[in-house]
Parts: sequence; structure tokens; C-alpha cells
Amino acid sequence: MSFTLSINGTPRVVDLPDDVPLLWALRDGLGLTGTKFGCGVAACGACTVLIDGQAVRSCQVPLSGAVGEITTIEGLGQPGALAPLQEAWVRHQVAQCGYCQSGQIMQAAALLAQVPEPTDQDIDDAMQGNLCRCGTYPRIRAAILDAAQMMKAG
Amino acid sequence: MASWKTITRRSFLVLGAAFLGGAAFGVYKVAEVPANPLVPGPDGMPLNPWVIINADGITVIAPRAEMGQGISTTLAALVAEELDVDWDQVRVLHGPPAQAYYNAGFVARMSNEPDFRLSQQPRSHNAILAAVPKIFSMQLTGGSTGAIGGFVQMRLAGAGAREALKAAAARRLGVAPDTLRTESGKVIGAQTFTYAELAAEAADLVPEDVALRDPSTWRYVGKSMPRLDMVAKSTGTETFGIDIVLPGMKFATVRMNPRRGGAMTSFDPAAALALPGVEQVVGLGNGIAVIASNTWTAIQAAQLVDVQWGEADYPADTAAMLTRIEAAFATEPDSRLRDEGDVEAELAKGDVIEAEYRIPFLAHASMEPLNATAWVKADGSVEVWCGNQAPIMTRDAIAGALRIGSDRVTLHTPVMGGGFGGRTDPVPAVLAARVAAAMPDTPVKLTYSREEDMGQDFYRPAAIARLSGRVENGKATALWGRTAAPSATRSALTRLIGFAPPGPDRATVEGGFDQPYGLPHYRYDGHVADLTVPLGFWRSVGNSMNAFFLESFIDELAHAAKADPLAFRLELMRDTHAPSARLLETVREMSGWDGLKRPGFGRGVAFCYSFGTPVAQVVEVEQTPGGIRMTRAWIACDPGLAMDPSIVEAQMTGGMVFGLSAAVQEEITFADQAVVQQNFPDHDALRMHATPRFEVRVLQNNGSFGHIGGVGEPGTPPAAPALANALFDLTGTRARELPLNKTFAFVT
Repeated sequence: MSFTLSINGTPRVVDLPDDVPLLWALRDGLGLTGTKFGCGVAACGACTVLIDGQAVRSCQVPLSGAVGEITTIEGLGQPGALAPLQEAWVRHQVAQCGYCQSGQIMQAAALLAQVPEPTDQDIDDAMQGNLCRCGTYPRIRAAILDAAQMMKAG
Repeated sequence: MASWKTITRRSFLVLGAAFLGGAAFGVYKVAEVPANPLVPGPDGMPLNPWVIINADGITVIAPRAEMGQGISTTLAALVAEELDVDWDQVRVLHGPPAQAYYNAGFVARMSNEPDFRLSQQPRSHNAILAAVPKIFSMQLTGGSTGAIGGFVQMRLAGAGAREALKAAAARRLGVAPDTLRTESGKVIGAQTFTYAELAAEAADLVPEDVALRDPSTWRYVGKSMPRLDMVAKSTGTETFGIDIVLPGMKFATVRMNPRRGGAMTSFDPAAALALPGVEQVVGLGNGIAVIASNTWTAIQAAQLVDVQWGEADYPADTAAMLTRIEAAFATEPDSRLRDEGDVEAELAKGDVIEAEYRIPFLAHASMEPLNATAWVKADGSVEVWCGNQAPIMTRDAIAGALRIGSDRVTLHTPVMGGGFGGRTDPVPAVLAARVAAAMPDTPVKLTYSREEDMGQDFYRPAAIARLSGRVENGKATALWGRTAAPSATRSALTRLIGFAPPGPDRATVEGGFDQPYGLPHYRYDGHVADLTVPLGFWRSVGNSMNAFFLESFIDELAHAAKADPLAFRLELMRDTHAPSARLLETVREMSGWDGLKRPGFGRGVAFCYSFGTPVAQVVEVEQTPGGIRMTRAWIACDPGLAMDPSIVEAQMTGGMVFGLSAAVQEEITFADQAVVQQNFPDHDALRMHATPRFEVRVLQNNGSFGHIGGVGEPGTPPAAPALANALFDLTGTRARELPLNKTFAFVT
């Protein structure tokens, strides 16, 4: 079945069965591999994308329900044009294996859009659904706080 | 995607094989250097296996695989240091399977003598290189060996290339090479040449004497370098194995016998084949694969295949397995790698303190599920992409499975989304190749579901330990530790190379026998249990088991001696290994150990010397209305020479989180011969809100200059006992079994 999705500001057509989750439409259908598969049951956050600004687990959204503007990690910023969060991620040298970081960054982007100056508690509450087996949490926290400052300063 | 294969087609490679004959390292001749595996294209001569120069910059071919530990950045820094290039000119790729990429670092881990004794002797890198021929096929990433293995090799690669480039410029200018200097990727003399301009000519030149820079002049080594993979990993543009995209690619998954090693008696694919998008169901003998238009459909369909499974040759459940492990205590010890004083006579004096500890099987559960992509070409050759820790072994296993020569297998090693020891076995690569063979001339990406990844892992062994000890006048006088466990090493090596080498099984007792405690009577025995559950290397291997046993028991001895547990350890260590003792003093100071303890809080200390690096940790816990919470943690480590302090800090923190995660809540159990845990909800790790705040201090006193301890693993072993000891301090309850959530209620 053919679906037209709005991804990172561009209409994209994907031809897959309608119960296939958005995650797999992105990865297997469109080659947008920045969004990661970790668990398939919304337990790890690796597949987090934004739909109309809300962080969602793309492994739980069937293609037929993927309505709205979808932002993936590829749409947040690119290597030559980093978003403030990504700059902070690089400055704090957050990633180790890096596999969960797309989801961490998208979750953090949703947090900062809603709470521009988050407290430690806000960060804990927003980020606890995102698993990192490398244990990069201290640097993730530092990068989020730093990005918040950068974005505030404009 | 970039790979060594595409780059060599359009690049000139710079000579460097002969640099092993450099004055500093004396005796090595060109003939002893393995062949350069970088095959020439029509436009280039391959000469140095580690350095490629072209118009785009410098590409370092890393002999070790990147799974998050930062080794590719550190290895590139070693080359760049000698090559005189700017950091932004440097890229790094993993090389093909080849003997040139042997891991010399394993030689540093081959002795059964405790490293705290070895590290005090002058470190001979010649000795490491001299043993190289024995390990030519050990293109392995593991054992926290990457930095020590590359320390000389990668600097020589850079220096050899630099001297060849200077010689090429000297020939153009008609001057002696030593009248020229290098800077920022250029050779400078009467005229300035970029390295790219000189690369083709340099490829013909063999520098004779190559001297390494004096460490006092280092710009990159020993500094915190921006990781070369950081921008890609922050933008979703890093290509993990699971991200390989090829034209016309199909997507597959596997469902293997959950009773590990058992056969498949029958399968009926009808229901799976009826699902839209499914193309094929492939029988694999001990499981099935489904090939589909997308991974999700393949995973759904795999569950619809009606399969009858045969049985495994191990007991049905965890309780029966533990009975088997317990039975090993009645057998002769497999090893007694430490036996000082007369333990039996000392314990015969009476007032013996005894304890038994139990720990579970554990899964690796890397964030990137196991996967591999294979493409069987029309001519019968195969190209495979699979993040793996052992390329030569993986390539040969693929060749064996397809019954073709190893030279017909092209294996790429993309970066891994975590490994922790779990990507040593070639199984995913072999399965992908077999599945792709069912669909010739079509690339097939095979991805494990999380459930399959967890159920088909090679686990950290479950183990039981019994320790006896004695204290007198506030001091420990004797300790006899006995660990019983199935052998991860024998299980893994039997799978990987067909046999288990003879000799004591060090991994069953490491972290127990080799610690710098100067007890007058100290014995440690290993009993290997007869249990065929498939096992593997799990971050820090045996140290993760024995550090919990030993460090919990030392705490029990301290308590019996009415001594402060940190001072008690310090007393035992001070005269045995000063750098280790200094770490205990450091965490004492960092944590304010001697200050008044806050009411409602508990603190625990633990120590482990593993992979050449001693580590001391203190954990603080708090009783809150919602459960026990870890509040703060302090780590002091001493790897000797810290190659990249930021990476060392990250590995220490990450290693401790990995250990704490397992200690709090992870276990793999069996029922009906199958693993019970399926996904993260059953085998979860710490989340951000439950992780303590860290403070890390990296000391550099251990060993003589050039001692380079590992950093990927040593942060893990002390975590569990430090936490268990803190919980005892908080509650008065001594937990002798992991995970700790069986005994305590943690914040969720």
C-alpha cells in the first residue's frame, strides 16, 4: 500500500503494508537509517522521532497512523549545520557506541521545546524512557543543560 | 558508505612495512611483517597497512573495531602524532580481515602472574612485538588490549609514512631528507609539498631508520581529543552494521531453537508465507529465517512459522543448573593460581568466617541488535557487512558455511552499537550468508528481533563462590576463595576454534586470585562446572564475577574485625602495590569518606585490578520513601599512561553504570531449557534518573613508563560489590546474591 508521509518538511512516498510501523518505513522503506531499532516494544527510546513536535516511539506508530509533520534526526541538523543540541552533544563528547543517541537527542529536543530551562528533575522525567547501555547519562545531562543555555542566549 | 575497499581503489598508499626495522625496536625485518592486505587498484601501490593518503586527507586503517570504547580515535591519534597532520585532516576506518591487523596487546594479557607484580617491571615493547608471530591470526578486539596493542605499532605506522614522504620530497629537491621538516600534512624545505602530492612517489620508498618522537613533544597522545565519530553519532549519520543500505536489498530475520544447540525437528511455513510482504522462509537446520520486503514483516512472519524444536543437552531450568555448578565444588580444583602461606593451617586456628555468594547468567543486550548483511554474487563469492570483534575468524566461518575459499569472502566491519563482548561469535554473519545464499544476487539484511538477540546470546556464566577467612587483632590473616562456574573461555573457544586449550581456566578466578592484597595466607581455587549452556565474554569476563565475591567478603572480614572497610583494605594493600593503595586514598578523599556520614545514607567501597588497570570505587545510597536510590559515585583509576583522558573518564563511568545495572536488576534464567527474559522490560539497565552522579579521577602512577592498562572493562568489576557494601552500610543486610533487587527495593 502506498502512503505519503511528511518527513523533515518533504513529502515522501513509501509502499509498504499499512500495519508496518513508522520506524520500519523510515529505515527499510526510505533509507532514513538515523532512527534506530532497539526493542520494538517502546521500552528503549532508540526509535524516537517527533510528530508535530511531540516525541513518539516510531516502533509503535503504524504507517496508517503516521499523520502530521514527522521530524527525524536527519531533519534536526546535519554534520555541516548542527542544531544547538547536536553542538552540545559534540562539545560534551556524549556518544560512546552512539546507537541510542539519535533517540536521546530527539527526546531532548522535545523536552527543550516544551521546557526551555529544564531542571534536573525535568531531565530525569523526560529522559528515563531512553536507554543507554554505554552509560552516557552524565554527559547527556550536561549537554542538555548546556544546549538550554545556548538556546536561551540565542 | 566509505570502506577500505572503495578508498583503496582511488588512493595512493604510503610505504611503511619496513619501519618495523627502526633503530628503536632493533631486530625486526621486513620479512617478518605480514603482507599488506590493502589490495592495489589500477592507480595505487599498497604498502602500509595502516595509512592511506589521498587528496581528501589522511585515512587511518584501525586494526581494532569500534564499539563505543573510542579506540578508533586513540589509534588515529597515535598515527597522527608521528605523521604531523592536523586533527581535522584525519579519518579512520576499520580494515579488512588480515594478519597485519593482529592484536599484539593480547600478549600483555597472557600471563597467569598477577599484573600488579608484572607492571612494576620495566615494560618491554620488544617482548610484545617478539611474540607477534604466535598471534598473527588474532585480529581480535577484546580484553581491553587495543591501546597497548597499538601504542608502538600505530606510532611506527605514522613515523614510517612521514619518513617516506620526506624521502620523496628530498628526492625531488635533491637534498638529504633530514634537512626537511613536516607540519600540518606538508613537507617543508626550499619548497613545500602536500602529502597528497608526494604520496605516489613515497610509495616506492623504504625509510631505513625511523625514530619515534619523544613523549615530551606529544600533541595528541595523552590529550583529550575530539572523537572522530562524534559528529556522525550526533547526527544519525554514522553507518552501523544495521544501517547498511544496498540496491534491491531484502530484509530478513531469524528464529533459532531457544533450546540452545538443539535441532529443529520440523517446520511449516504456510502461515508465514501468507503474510503480505513475505518472500521466502528458509530452513536453517536449527531454526528458520524469513525474507520479506521489510524487517518488521519478517519478524511478524517468523512467529507464524509452526516449528517443532528438539532438546538441548543442558538441564531444564536455572535451579538444576545451579545444582550442577554447586557439584563442581566436590571436584578437584581446575586451578590454584594463588597459594601463599599456609591457608589451611591458619584457618585451623578457628573462628573462621565463611560466606557463600551466587550470581546469575547475564546477557550483553547491546543497543544495536545482532545483525549482518550478506550478498551472494552470481560468481558464488560473497560480500558481508557485520560488526564483529574477530574479522579473520568471522570470514573463515562464512567461507566454511558456504563451502567456498576464504579469498571469496569480502568482510566489512562497520562500527558497532555496543558490543561488551557480545559480538565475538560469527553466528549472525554466518546466518546472513546462508540466508542470502537462498536468494542469490540479492543483498539481504538480517536483523535479530530484540527477543531473539536476548535468547540467542552467549551469556556471562552463573557462578557460586565459597570464601573462608580469618581475622586477628583487627587484621585479616587468611583468605581462601573458591569459585565454581562453567567456563566462558572453554565454551567460547570450543565454538570459535574447535577446541579449548589446556591449562588452568584463568577467567573462572580472575578478579579473585590476582588482587594486590598482601594477606599472609591467600589461596584462590577455580572449579569448572560441567554445563553446556552457551557462554561468552561479558565486559570484564571473570572479574565481573570474582570482584563481587572477593570484595563483598573483604567487607565481611572488615566488619568482623570491627575495622573501617576502606582502611582495612588499605592496610592489606599498602605494602603490596603502592599505586593501588593510592587509589583507595584518592576515593577516600574524593568521597569525604572520613567525614561524618549523612543520616539516611550508606556508603560502600570496592576495588579491582583488572586488564592492567586498578580501579577503586565508592558508591553512596539513600533510603527514600520511593525506595533506595544511588546518589553519588566516585571512581579513581590508574591505567599507567592515560592515552585519552576524556575517553578514559567515559569508559570508567560507562563501565561502572554497566556493572551497577547488572547488580541492581539483571539476570538471565532458564525454563524448559529456554531463556525466560525476552526484552528490556525483563532485562533492563539503569535509566538516567536511577544513575548516580559521578566524579572520576585518572591517576598515572601504575607501572613503568609505557605501561598502558585497559580502560573498556576495568570500570565494571568493582561496581556490584561497592553497591552491595553500601547497601549493607545502609541497612545492615548483607546481600550475597545478585541481582540486588531480590533483597532490596530500589527506586523505579
